[in-house]
Amino acid sequence: MQRVEDPTLLRGLARFADDLPTPPHACHAAFLRSPIAHGEIRAMDTATAEAMPGVLAVITGVEMQAHSMSFITGVKVDAPQYALAIDRVRYVGEPVAMVLAQDRYLAEDALDAIVVDYQPLTPVIDPVVAAGAAALILHPGAGSNVLHDRTFRYGDPAAAFASAAHTVEATYRYPRNSCTPIECFCVIADFDPGSESFEIMANFQGPYTLHTIMARALRVPGNRLRLKTPPHSGGSYGVKQAVFPYVVALGVGARIAGRPVKWLEDRLEHLTAATSSTNRVTTLKAALDEGGRILALDYDQLEDCGAFLRAPEPATLYRMHGNMTGAYAIDNLAIHNRVVVTNKTPTGLMRGFGGPQIYFPLERLLDKAAANLGLDPLELRRRNLVPAEAMPHRTAPGALLDSGDYARSVDRAVQEGGLAELKACRDAARAEGRLFGIGYAVVVEPSISNMGYITTLLSPEQRARAGPKNGALATATVAFDPSGAISVAVSSVPQGQGHRTVLAQVVADVFGMDPLEVAVFTEHDTGKDPWTIASGNYSSRFAGAVAGATHTAALRLRERLTLIAAADLNVPPEQVRYGDGRIFAQGNPDNSLPLGRSAAKAHWSPLSIPEGAGAGLRETAFWNMPELAEPDEGDRINSSGAYGFIFDFCGVEVDPDTFAVRIDKYVTMHDAGRLLNPMLANGQIRGGFAQGLGAALLEELAYDPDGGFQTGTLADYLAPTVMEIPELTILHDQSPSPFTPLGAKGLGEGNCMSTPVCIANAVSDALGRELRTLPLTRSRLAELMLGEEPPSTLSSTDPVPGTLTKGGDGHALQGQGSTIVPASPDEVWSILLDEGKLAAVIPGCHVLSMTGENTYRADVTLGVGPVKGRFVATVGLRDLDPPHALRLIGSAAGPLGTSQGEGLVSLFETPEGTRVEYSYTVRISGKVAAVGGRMIDGAARALINQFFKRLVSQSGGARAEEVDGAATTLLARLLSWLGLAK
Amino acid sequence: MKPAAFDYARPDNLDEALALLADRGAGARICAGGQSLGAMMNMRLATPDILIDIAGLQELKAIAIMDGVLEVGAAVTQDELWRWPELADRQPLLAQMLPWIGHYQTRQRGTVCGSLAHADPSSELPLALALLAGDVVLRSQRGRRVVGAGDFQTGMMATAVAADEMIVAARFPLAQPGSTSAFHEVAQRHGDFAIVAVAAVGNENGVRLGVGGVADVPGVIDLTWPVADTTLNDFAWALGGADDQHATARYRRQLVRRIGKRVIEEVSDALS
Amino acid sequence: MRYLEAGKRHRVRFALNGRAVEGEAEPRLLLSDFLRQHLGAFGTHVGCEHGSCGACTVRLDGKAVRSCLLYAVQIDGKAVATVEGLAKPDGLNPLQAALRKHHGLQCGFCTPGILMSLSQLRDEEPNADEARIRDVLSGHICRCTGYHGIVQAALDVFGKD
Ligand code: FES
Ligand code: FES
Repeated sequence: MQRVEDPTLLRGLARFADDLPTPPHACHAAFLRSPIAHGEIRAMDTATAEAMPGVLAVITGVEMQAHSMSFITGVKVDAPQYALAIDRVRYVGEPVAMVLAQDRYLAEDALDAIVVDYQPLTPVIDPVVAAGAAALILHPGAGSNVLHDRTFRYGDPAAAFASAAHTVEATYRYPRNSCTPIECFCVIADFDPGSESFEIMANFQGPYTLHTIMARALRVPGNRLRLKTPPHSGGSYGVKQAVFPYVVALGVGARIAGRPVKWLEDRLEHLTAATSSTNRVTTLKAALDEGGRILALDYDQLEDCGAFLRAPEPATLYRMHGNMTGAYAIDNLAIHNRVVVTNKTPTGLMRGFGGPQIYFPLERLLDKAAANLGLDPLELRRRNLVPAEAMPHRTAPGALLDSGDYARSVDRAVQEGGLAELKACRDAARAEGRLFGIGYAVVVEPSISNMGYITTLLSPEQRARAGPKNGALATATVAFDPSGAISVAVSSVPQGQGHRTVLAQVVADVFGMDPLEVAVFTEHDTGKDPWTIASGNYSSRFAGAVAGATHTAALRLRERLTLIAAADLNVPPEQVRYGDGRIFAQGNPDNSLPLGRSAAKAHWSPLSIPEGAGAGLRETAFWNMPELAEPDEGDRINSSGAYGFIFDFCGVEVDPDTFAVRIDKYVTMHDAGRLLNPMLANGQIRGGFAQGLGAALLEELAYDPDGGFQTGTLADYLAPTVMEIPELTILHDQSPSPFTPLGAKGLGEGNCMSTPVCIANAVSDALGRELRTLPLTRSRLAELMLGEEPPSTLSSTDPVPGTLTKGGDGHALQGQGSTIVPASPDEVWSILLDEGKLAAVIPGCHVLSMTGENTYRADVTLGVGPVKGRFVATVGLRDLDPPHALRLIGSAAGPLGTSQGEGLVSLFETPEGTRVEYSYTVRISGKVAAVGGRMIDGAARALINQFFKRLVSQSGGARAEEVDGAATTLLARLLSWLGLAK
Repeated sequence: MKPAAFDYARPDNLDEALALLADRGAGARICAGGQSLGAMMNMRLATPDILIDIAGLQELKAIAIMDGVLEVGAAVTQDELWRWPELADRQPLLAQMLPWIGHYQTRQRGTVCGSLAHADPSSELPLALALLAGDVVLRSQRGRRVVGAGDFQTGMMATAVAADEMIVAARFPLAQPGSTSAFHEVAQRHGDFAIVAVAAVGNENGVRLGVGGVADVPGVIDLTWPVADTTLNDFAWALGGADDQHATARYRRQLVRRIGKRVIEEVSDALS
Repeated sequence: MRYLEAGKRHRVRFALNGRAVEGEAEPRLLLSDFLRQHLGAFGTHVGCEHGSCGACTVRLDGKAVRSCLLYAVQIDGKAVATVEGLAKPDGLNPLQAALRKHHGLQCGFCTPGILMSLSQLRDEEPNADEARIRDVLSGHICRCTGYHGIVQAALDVFGKD
């Protein structure tokens, strides 16, 4: 069946959030964001911005705090968080002010006019460092950067390790990445002062637990925050959960401005500050017996949630809690969980949520274990799979694996996917000396999250005090209108997965009608439509829970319609049949009615319908899973309602010159219970696979060690294009879930869990190296594989003068060089210490004023080529040793970002004048670093060159060409160095 | 992500454009395709006072051959040059390199000369110009001058074009009989800026190798047969390179050695 | 010479999907914003505003280009085609129908841009092979589909003449 969603989308007629009408008096918001990772806000000057044309208001953190409350989280700590930073910024991109203006263009003009004075603090970036005793604490009230620390024991892991024939251990780092929907966040907020209530449209995707948090932050009861979602959404994959702080920001904006406010996030904002997967450092140990049976696992997980623990975090850490033993029968398990805050963007929902962070270490470690035992990696896995007879199987940490025959699925995939041929291929390639490898991944994919899983983080005593949280309530409404037409309304907030198509199909099947005649409404309004705390589009709950609830509602409605129709057809209800859009009598199809006729009767002649049919043909079903109990006193938790099974294998070849990874073959086997719609299922698998492949090879939200964000454009954050996605072989097994109404389980997230590690295992096999982190970029693999770099045979081993190298700590730009200035050291010295002459030497300097002894403030325009920005710079001259040496310290701040630098300048007398030797360190952060990382080294070098060029000309030098234009000289230099110049 | 305000001028002829440049100089930017400049303006990395749109100037739309040189006007798009029927014969290296620039959609708007003016160290056309030892024709009200590739690109995103000047054409020498060329690029994804781009032109006497993406400007070297690995290694070191989030300097140098060798072998194979 | 001052609105007349339309735009107004916000042609989507995602692709005088890298004032007197102009009154055009058939879209946000690129390719190179199709599609990022259905749809339509 083709999708009912498609014609509207294909014709460009769909209404996405940014397409919805706004009233003419609506204004537009833009956010000023922190250019630095960590710092105190000493002062903010918004006066110029407020006076600019079209600007209605500039809202700062202080006002935000006055109009809202801190967002609550599942972990009780004193670390308040508002929609705007108050007095401290904690990540690059953190909103510090919100401008409201007539349009977005004017709003952005005003952003450039706001001046913020930051006092930088030491950035805390690496989670291991952040958790250490010496780290600066991000939230002083919390007393530590570790906001959560718990250990769990299931079975007797200590004894299992003590008695094990083999143990294996390794530490892995899962990076930050994001599924980056092509549509960014969008919010339109309005406030009604009369009723003190908010009406806010956002392309939010749930979970609706966050509704409570938003309403509380806006200081209204839930019924005064009417949250609506648009008819169409441009993808989410979990990401659009993170729009919620902006819902609050815009709500407050609308309240202050007294008009509707709209905000459309741009791509730079999205990549920098929307959300991220958690990055996690995991040390995993396994104990195995002689035969390769896994006796115990021991996880030490350090979860980096960024600058704030933002709801629903630390859910990434607990979503998989019940199935931390993977697809394996393992009786003993130890888990040590810590959550740490660092100066990075707060994390949130992401397709595969918590999965890749578990399976990357687990499935990597199994390869290592197999190697240690001399076993084939697939054989080791086979020996440990949960056996089919054991289903449903209760895992050690409490998951109830509902159905599946894992061994059968693996065998089928090996057969049908052609593993033997792939192995032959590998052997042949290796015989030719090529780098070819095969990787496997076995994954259990949970779906339908238990609302109580997050409470596993509490101790049993804390849970007892807080009261139980459990279940996964889903709701759906099916109704006939007076014309006899049928409609379905759900609160699943689809983001492209085809929910309308599936629900139309489910309902049409119940009523024996054409799915195209079923209208499905998925836009949602918390003020009017049924919803539950568990509503929303997450944890793959649609197929199992929402479709199931819809099916239940449709069945109930049919029961009632059957009573009406039986009377109309004059047959007993048991003989009423449905088909081809009609209702007919069993055995006598001529005795029939159009489906809608009897249905309409419930509206038009309620007095004439039979007893028991009830009035109004509308059914709202709520569906829950009794299996989803709260955690027990032993901390066992059935964290999800259903568990699919995935087995992937792939073959890769690595280019020995470029280290490019080519996927030769990729096979993915899924058992997600009953398939509701194979075409849509495969579409989900392919989409998840593409994102998993991106996470394996390309995608990272990258930070430098100072917390500078480096991947602010889609040219830097590398989502795969059509060229990077290989053929995919999809296989299905179907073991219906006994616990979901239709036997279906989620399947859209699985490849985000399995594919990254499957590819990593194959690359590791190809290269014969351990791989401990992702993505496997070409450069990263090269660094792993390349031995000592062959030295240059040229006599000079100096780098080309003026080039930059990364510093010893691997991040700040460092450089050195020297130049000849045709003046005596005393003359050069006097230039550097003369206010007027210094102004002429500093590139792009408009005004220079002395603000203290040997300390200056300058307004400068800096840039290279067309890139230019105004900065306020401070320059200090220190450690003066006239006329021999001094130290320059400086910083610059402007709309393009901030930088801090330090340089040493030494003067030596020579026959031609003075040789000026310099070395410097520069750290650059903010927009220019996020979008121009490729260029920053060169730009810094160009500016330093400008400085010395000007110094030379100030000294009356005619030798400006010496330092002019790195390029011309570079080109010439290269040739002459090589002795090859013509 | 919206550009700062600017005046927009669409001159009817080159003289009008030059007059505007003379008048507005440093605050003006020429816009032909705007595929690099537009993105930078949207991000407010570039905030010119005035944009002078030359895309419609007929006098800049010519692709012509004169005196053994292929001259490409400043309003000719990358796609138009690629589709020019004689290209593969007259200058096969350009025909090989053009499809690597950005994407179908940006090549149809982005111009050959605009890419030179942008002078991105990783982009293909500056490498082609340097390798082929082409020239750039500049005009201003002060007159006309022809600048050789070696003097044209002065640094990363920096060129010899003065504030009142603009590029009116680029000149690429035609392929010589008996010579052959090869090109290879390594990028993270198809269409991304090159981590390293390597091109070579050779004949029986020797081979000229050009590398983009490592140094601030394309590096070019003339080599005689046979080319020793140590020479490539020395060249790689001389280019230096810097680390960024996409690649380390060491990986870039390794690509110079290995891809350089591949490309040189391709040339020598084609010659023999 | 046309000289348009910053901060002022200037008349822009052009053909949108074959119909003459006009509006007013400041020089800095992006074509993508002009189409969407001023003319209500919401079919063209915006995903990055820096030329990388392809969602905003429209055809300008027949050529598929990024509307986020064009200014409204630049299209004065020209012809712009957007996704809204593709479908026949009696239904989807062959590319649209093929995308539907092969499940080449999920959220559909990237789809209009992809359709505009493929529609130019179909007009100019109706027998384009898979390599060429992929080259053209590589200028678009789709986060939902993994591209499989898009390529299949194109293969279904190209090479049939
Ligand atoms: S919005 Fe124009 S290319 Fe992304
Ligand atoms: S269908 Fe959603 S981005 Fe392509």
